[in-house]
Parts: sequence; structure tokens; C-alpha cells
Amino acid sequence: MLKVRDLHVYYGVIHAVKGITFDVPEGKIVTLIGANGAGKSSTLKAVAGLVKPKGHIQFLGHEMVGRSAHKIARRGAALVPEGRHVFVNLTILENLRMGGFNKKRSELEPLYEKAFEMFPILKERANQKAGTLSGGEQQMLALARALMSEPSLLMLDEPSLGLAPKIVSEVFDIVKMLNSKGMTVLLVEQNAAQALKIAHYAYVLENGTITLEGNAKELLNNEDVRKSYLGEM
Amino acid sequence: MKRNQILTIGSIVLLFLFIGYANGHLNAYYIRILNNTAIFLMFAASYNLINGVTGQFSLEPNGFAAIGAYTAAILTLTPAQKEAMFIITPMVPWLQHIHMSFFPALIVAGIVTAMVGFILGFPVFRVRGDYLAIVTLGFGLTIRVVSNNTMSITNGPLGLKGIANYTNLWWSWGFAIAAMIVIMRLINSEFGRAMKAIRDDEDAAIAMGINTFKIKMIAFVTSAFFEGIAGGLLAHLITTISPTLFTFFLTFNLLIIIVIGGLGSMTGTAIATVLVVWGSEWLRIVEQPMHIFSLTIPGIPGMRMVIFSILLIIIMIFAREGIMGQKEFSWDSLFKLFKTKKVANK
Repeated sequence: MLKVRDLHVYYGVIHAVKGITFDVPEGKIVTLIGANGAGKSSTLKAVAGLVKPKGHIQFLGHEMVGRSAHKIARRGAALVPEGRHVFVNLTILENLRMGGFNKKRSELEPLYEKAFEMFPILKERANQKAGTLSGGEQQMLALARALMSEPSLLMLDEPSLGLAPKIVSEVFDIVKMLNSKGMTVLLVEQNAAQALKIAHYAYVLENGTITLEGNAKELLNNEDVRKSYLGEM
Repeated sequence: MKRNQILTIGSIVLLFLFIGYANGHLNAYYIRILNNTAIFLMFAASYNLINGVTGQFSLEPNGFAAIGAYTAAILTLTPAQKEAMFIITPMVPWLQHIHMSFFPALIVAGIVTAMVGFILGFPVFRVRGDYLAIVTLGFGLTIRVVSNNTMSITNGPLGLKGIANYTNLWWSWGFAIAAMIVIMRLINSEFGRAMKAIRDDEDAAIAMGINTFKIKMIAFVTSAFFEGIAGGLLAHLITTISPTLFTFFLTFNLLIIIVIGGLGSMTGTAIATVLVVWGSEWLRIVEQPMHIFSLTIPGIPGMRMVIFSILLIIIMIFAREGIMGQKEFSWDSLFKLFKTKKVANK
């Protein structure tokens, strides 16, 4: 579904992503793991069109490099940004409405229902401002909002960031459930243990290059990965 | 829903009844203040659309006001007037012969300003935040310099004189109410929600598939259109315009109004416009010579602005969101207020 070839991201003189190549096949969860500053978020932003990369990004057979971000989103790649980024002064319902910005009015009603069914907490507070939600609830809202566009690829940037462990596993359960219904997921995580448990395939990023890749289960047992990312001595 | 509409229409009718009364009964000084209120309301509401609702901190309204004022004035002045006025450099011939009545001239002023806003939007919205403020500030200054130096179009520093005094309460309030209705409807539409989304988090809005450039442009062009018309109304109220009228000071006044009213709140803007326009008239007493006991203070021109600045500082400390914050006045909230009071009385 998503094919990334020789992707480079520059911020001025800083070369953040140095020619990485990876694939996200349809119906799979693929994760990019790595430490702070490894280039994970930059990669995701490049795919979403929020930064202008060099190289090739093929999504559903179309070249995405050079397209503006809103056009990429309309093609069906939805990004849940790092740190949630909900619209704090809009109500929850309005946040969801923004997620389905490119949907027709008549298409929205069933999508709201779906979102509220998946996240009952949001239904109770539909007319409350998003800024009044807790961190975990905001993450749920960010996820629900991304799903409003009925994406074919869901990109999650550090969904566990700043959340209590219990909420983190709830978020990952939801991602797993979505995947079991056919959603393709590209997951960027620092919490390597959690990410590897739900993913099918994983890439390890270090200083902007991919140093290791393989089935998530194999990586979970890989000595180097265990040492570097899973906190084992 | 029905009740609120009737109440809104009712209060607009009431406002126009008052204007009808004011036209015949109040003296010229009060009528002038009422005209100023309407024109500033139009300026401030359009400015708040881009600054408050869309969250794009920009400083260009003096530039748009100048374009609107000059366009409308050039169109309503008669060819003979223009010939007599342009004594140093003659006017461009086709501009000299063009002549229109008031209403079409205002609409053309709005359209010309909106077009300038559209062209300006391309470079301006490539930058965000502080940079946007600086670029738009530069535009306001540029327009002033241009109007000073294009002698054959604007008559340069000599300005335009003898503009017909067409602006009356009906015109000014008619346009102000129309602008308010259009802007409020825009805010409550799909585009308005997207504008608020951009204000809250532009990156997330882009990731949602919102074409943020387009949305910002809609806000900017709408804002420019009404500021252009307001500029035209202003020109036909004071009948003399020159580049010095459209300094950054005008933008600064509007900024005070929208900050006091609440960034993003149109009803707050309306309240603040009344407060600032009427307040600045009332505060003229502090600029007059005063005798306090045996102490005599000579009149200090500009003292009003000192008081306004102090007021702004106090608001920034104690009520950072302004009078209304981002909320709008609604009939429902008014009725709720009465209801809770009744319960409390029991």
C-alpha cells in the first residue's frame, strides 16, 4: 500500500532522515522504532506531506512527494499527530466534524455513530470543549478524529506519549482491533515493547538510517533490540 | 431556534428605528459619533475575522482602509473636481473621466480591496506567526508610501478634497449590519469551523485534509472586502483624505478594540467598538485644561491614548480574554441568566 524508497528529510543543514526504504503492505501493522531524534517522526511527517522530503513515496500506486499535505490526506492517509493536537477550543463533535472535513454532510452521521460506539466516553461529552478532556481522552479523540476520514492508511505518531500505562494498553488494543477489521497501520513508537507486540513487521531507525528490520516477533527476541530498546541488561 | 431569530430581527429593526429617530433629532456631533461607531464596527469585525477567528496575527487594515477610501473617493469625485485638484501632476486620464454614484463606488472599493487582499495572500500566507505580523505591517507601510508617491492617481501628500458627504447613518449602519451578518454566518459555517481549527492547531488541521491556505484566504479576502467598503464610507464621512490618515495608528486602534472585545468574538467586538469610540469621545475631557483646587493643568493632547494604553494593560493583566473571550452573546444565555436569577430570588 505504501512504498517508501530512498527518503531524505532535511531541516536546513540538518539531515534528519538519510535515505530510508520501507514498505507498509495492506492490512498489516508496521512499526518504526528508535530513540529520540532517530528520524521516526520526520519520516511520518514526510509521508503525510507536512515536511517536504526528497526521494519517492508511493501510496496506493501514486507518487506523493511534492503533493501538498491536504491532498495526501484526501487520498486516504490519516495522521494522528504526536502529542495529540486536538482542537482545544472546538467541541468534541466539532473536532470529529473537522476529521471528516472532506466528507459530505449525509455521510457524517453513520461515521459519528461509529466513532461513539468505539469511544463511548466521547459520546457523553460530545458538546464539551476538547481542551477539557484528559490526556488519554484527547488521544482517543485524536484517533477518532483521524478515523472520520475513513482512511486506508492510519499513521500514528507516538500514541503512548505522556499517557498512563493502562491508557497506553487501551490505545494499543484499539489499534489492534482496527487492524483486525482490515486497517493498515504505520506506527511510530518509542515504547518498543508495546509496539513490537502488536506489529507484524518492524524497522529500527538510528540516526536517520534503518539499521535493522524484520518480523516484529523476531525483533522482540533479538539480542541487540532487547539491549537497546527494551531495557534489558 | 425560531424565537432567537425573531429576537435578532426585532433588535435589528429596533436599531434602525433608533437610527431613524437619531437622524431627525440628534445634533451633528452625536450623528458623527454614531457614524464613526458603525464604520469602526465594520473595520473591527472584519479585522477580528482574520486575527481572532482564524488566529492569523496580521497588521494590515490601515492598508486596506486606504485602498478602499481612495478607490471610492476617486470614483465619486466629478471629473471637473479632479481636474481642479490635481495641480502638480495631472491625473491619469481614464481615472479622471470615470465617475460613479455612491453605492456602486463602495462596492467597487470593496472588490478592488478584496483583489489586493487576494494577491497579497499568496506571499503573506507562506509565513506564519510573528513573520506574518511583520509582512502585513510592511504592507500597511508600503500602501502609505505608494499613496504618497503616485501623484497622478492619489494626488500624493496633497490628498483628495471635497469628497461628497454621502455617508449618513443609513449607509453606515446598513453596511455595518450587513457585514456583521455575513461574517457571523461565515463563522458558523463549515469554513468558520475550519478557521477555528486553524487557530487552535494549524498542523493538525492540515493533517485532517483541510486546505489551510484556502481557508485563510477566504478569511483574508472577506476581511479585505469589508475593510475596503468601510474605508470608502470613512472617506465620504470626513470628505478629505490624505496618506497621513492611514497610518499604523488606525490598525492599532482596531487592535485595541478586538483585544478588549475578545479575539474571535463578534458580539464582543460590537461591545468594545461602542466602548472605545464613545469612550474616546468622552475622554476628551482629560485633554482639556483642568483646574483642580488651586492647581492648573494645561490641556495635554494625546492624554486619551495614555489612558487607553493603561486600560489595555489592565485588561491584559486581569481579563486576558477580553470582555467576551471567544464566546458569542446569544439569546439563550441571556434567558438562562434571567432564569437562574429568578430561582435565586425564590
